[in-house]
Amino acid sequence: MMAHILSIMIGLPIAAALISLFVSANAARWTALATTLTLFVLGIVLWLNYDIGGAQWQFVEKAEVFGRFSWALGIDGIALMLIVLSVFLMPICILASWEAIEKRVPEYMAAFLLMEALMIGVFAAQDLFLFYIFFEAGLIPMYLIIGIWGGAERIYASYKFFLYTLLGSVLMLIAMLWMVGQSGTTYIPALMGEPYLDQGMIKVFVIPPEVQTWLWLAFFASFAVKMPMWPVHTWLPDAHVQAPTAGSVILAGVLLKMGGYGFVRFSLPMFPDASAQLVWIVFGLSMVAVVYTSLVALVQNDMKKLIAYSSVAHMAFVTIGLFTFNRQGIEGALMVMLAHGLVSGALFLCVGVIYDRLHTREISRYGGLSNNMPYYALFFMLFTMASVGLPGTANFVGEFLALVGAYKANSWVAAVATIGIILGAAYMLYLYRRVAFGTSDNADAAAMPDLNAREWIMLAPIAAATLWMGVYPESFLAPMRKDVGTLLQRITPGAPAGDAQLTKGKGITPAKPKSHEGHH
Amino acid sequence: MSIVDSLNLTRPELILSIGATALMLVAAWAGDKATRFSNMAAIALLFAAAASLGGRGIAFDGLYSADAFSDFAKLLIYLAAGVAIILSPRWFEKEDRLRAEYPVLILLAAVGMGMMVSAVNLLTLYVGLEMQSLAAYVLASFVRNDSRASEAGLKYFVLGALASGILLYGISLLYGFTGSIDYAGIAASLQAEIGPGKLFGIVFVLAGLSFKIAAVPFHMWTPDVYEGAPTPVTAYFGSAPKVAAVALMVRVTVEAMGTATNSWQQILIFTALASIVLGAIGAIGQTNIKRLLAYSSINNIGFALVGLAAGTELGVSAIMSYMAIYVLMTLGSFACVLQMRDADGNHVEDIASLAGLSRRQKPLAAALAIFMFSLAGIPPLLGFWAKFLVFDAAVQAGLFPLAAIGITASVIGAYYYLKIIKIMYFDEPASDYAPVTSYGEASVIALTAIAVSPLGYLAIPTLAAASATAARALF
Repeated sequence: MMAHILSIMIGLPIAAALISLFVSANAARWTALATTLTLFVLGIVLWLNYDIGGAQWQFVEKAEVFGRFSWALGIDGIALMLIVLSVFLMPICILASWEAIEKRVPEYMAAFLLMEALMIGVFAAQDLFLFYIFFEAGLIPMYLIIGIWGGAERIYASYKFFLYTLLGSVLMLIAMLWMVGQSGTTYIPALMGEPYLDQGMIKVFVIPPEVQTWLWLAFFASFAVKMPMWPVHTWLPDAHVQAPTAGSVILAGVLLKMGGYGFVRFSLPMFPDASAQLVWIVFGLSMVAVVYTSLVALVQNDMKKLIAYSSVAHMAFVTIGLFTFNRQGIEGALMVMLAHGLVSGALFLCVGVIYDRLHTREISRYGGLSNNMPYYALFFMLFTMASVGLPGTANFVGEFLALVGAYKANSWVAAVATIGIILGAAYMLYLYRRVAFGTSDNADAAAMPDLNAREWIMLAPIAAATLWMGVYPESFLAPMRKDVGTLLQRITPGAPAGDAQLTKGKGITPAKPKSHEGHH
Repeated sequence: MSIVDSLNLTRPELILSIGATALMLVAAWAGDKATRFSNMAAIALLFAAAASLGGRGIAFDGLYSADAFSDFAKLLIYLAAGVAIILSPRWFEKEDRLRAEYPVLILLAAVGMGMMVSAVNLLTLYVGLEMQSLAAYVLASFVRNDSRASEAGLKYFVLGALASGILLYGISLLYGFTGSIDYAGIAASLQAEIGPGKLFGIVFVLAGLSFKIAAVPFHMWTPDVYEGAPTPVTAYFGSAPKVAAVALMVRVTVEAMGTATNSWQQILIFTALASIVLGAIGAIGQTNIKRLLAYSSINNIGFALVGLAAGTELGVSAIMSYMAIYVLMTLGSFACVLQMRDADGNHVEDIASLAGLSRRQKPLAAALAIFMFSLAGIPPLLGFWAKFLVFDAAVQAGLFPLAAIGITASVIGAYYYLKIIKIMYFDEPASDYAPVTSYGEASVIALTAIAVSPLGYLAIPTLAAASATAARALF
């Protein structure tokens, strides 16, 4: 089974999706829950069997079934952690939709299961075109999820989501076609610079720097939209606000990570020269994003919109970290991706909990929830603090590392990013004060009951994982360490010079008395 | 080559022509009662013609070529013709009455198309084209008491005749300046210097052919004809003649003008991009599903031409795969359109009537959604693979601007396909359709939907091999 575990993890939810289409609403719920839990177990099995420090690509499978490209799967540590994140969030999403979704439940569950298969596929694909297919195919279930089960403006949001991301991705396809045409292989590790066999000859694929720039820009168009980076982020607030709670969780938790994953997997290792050359684009856009979207988040009245904008700001940390070209920055960025997946997902769940009770996301309708919903307020506070980046929570580790990396690369970027953290504290604490503290002006808000058992089961695991990641991040960093090292080996030679001018410590050897005569 | 050998090579056309003549006699003697028999017989004849493919060689001293390329195209044409017959009885029973001439005309059009794709001589080309067109004009206005159908037929005829005139003028110019109507002879002559005369010939021939494939700027007839023609006929127009005309265009450009690629490449690049963009934008405002699919066909022809603009063997192979997938999507979509009937069984074509279809008829909505996503070229549906191939050909030929603009414009196209899905899945249900009753139509929908679903990817190696063999026959 271990030899085909990735195929099973992709095939199982697809089969379950087909089954749930043909059963009753309740059976569909249970099918989805059982399937996602099974996948979670499989994800744990995957993690436990992953050989840290072993081969770069593990659980490798390859079947030449499509002629021009192949069913090639395999994961490294980075992909492993993102798959674990996906399978961890999915059962929670199903639980979050248990009562909130009343109409067309079978189709809803099928869409989510399909989504899960595609997410795992994106992270596990080792074939360029297979990756593209999984990457793009995710648009279909998400389009339906937003469009069918979304809020009042769902149609507009679903179109915007679909067309924006599609427009970003198509240029990437052109770049992929060129790369495959030149190299003669669709195997991702080969395109990342590993030697490969082409027509009986061992080759190493090298892309000339001037071409790299074009390819980098084409890939950037796709990942920047997916990420999303300012100024192509505008689809995100709409999609988040209109999507049902579970849709927002998956969108923020996993789909946004595909952009970051794309940078790590494609842009950096495949086009190192172009990445070094165009690092200013990434830094520039990220700096604007950190400050601008934080300020925008500060003035939001809609809870989901606020968290959506905070996502854009957090993702800017990821892009900054990834393009620092040093270990701290990249590891930090990956940690922010994981942490943000947990925390923003949890925050959307928190919004969902009270939305289910009052059916509004208007911040001013709430207030004083710490009185009538103490446990809810506790969870909400934990995730608020995590989002702020309080030490001991998941985000702290990632943001700290990313900032350290940023200082080494460019101190201006680091300074601006730090301002973003302060602003992040401002909007999150402001949100929390308005929702949880004070007294409620609205009787219905004051009468809301506290968390029920289902909501406990949803929030408690994420809270535990957030703390775990904050207290002992090594569990999550260890599988990725070697892969970051491999990536660094590839990109360090062309890395742009940082402005930090760090010098090595001189150790404890006593300085020799020097003659100063020469200076006179 | 003796006349017997030549006749042997043209056996698919012989089978269909003799069969069609016999069926015409049956229709004359037995009248419309014989329609069901004629339909069966016509399908059997198409099967026989398909089975008789496989001859290799040039017949009639360079008039007709039987090769892998023509075989590939003919298979698609016969498939589309067969489906057009399967789709016809229920529609005609409701709207008019069963007429025994219908399968005969379909067969005769198929003969013409077979000659088009096998032609290696401009006169064979013209005769095949006219044979197909004349049958098509009649088919378009087949429901005689329907003013829309008559309008469609008349419009098709007048504009088609004009296009034929342009084509003939181009042929005469080419003949005058190259001294040959033979593809090989023209190619040899074009290798030398290309003066204005030859250039005009090329332009006029391509303009005439562009009309037949409904590429911008010669597309204006398409929406009206698609809308007015009986729906089974529209399904036919959308599939078989497109394959034939595209294959014909491929053969003319590659075999006859392949030595002068520079002279026609820009024309094709322009036509391709213009078709993609105009087909996409034109479709946005449509409220009639058949008109929308007409614009969609213009859009799709644009993508196919991207492969031809590359002018390479890879490009030709991409086009052949594209047309194969396109035929499946088109036939499937129109089979779904045929199911759009109100409670009394009257056919409706209003897109708004699809509202909430996913809650009224789940399988039908799912099938149509598959076709729409596939036409939009969204993976993992097979339509993506078609677009993938043509853009691959363009990229490998170094036509980066064409590829980039074309694929960006495909996003505009995605909008109106999404609109159909939105209406079916997001909107509140409109009044119910009559249930799907015809097994033939249901199985056409089911089979084509499965073929363009992700399962279709398993057929890629076969399709790729067949397309590559077909393309190699021209180079």
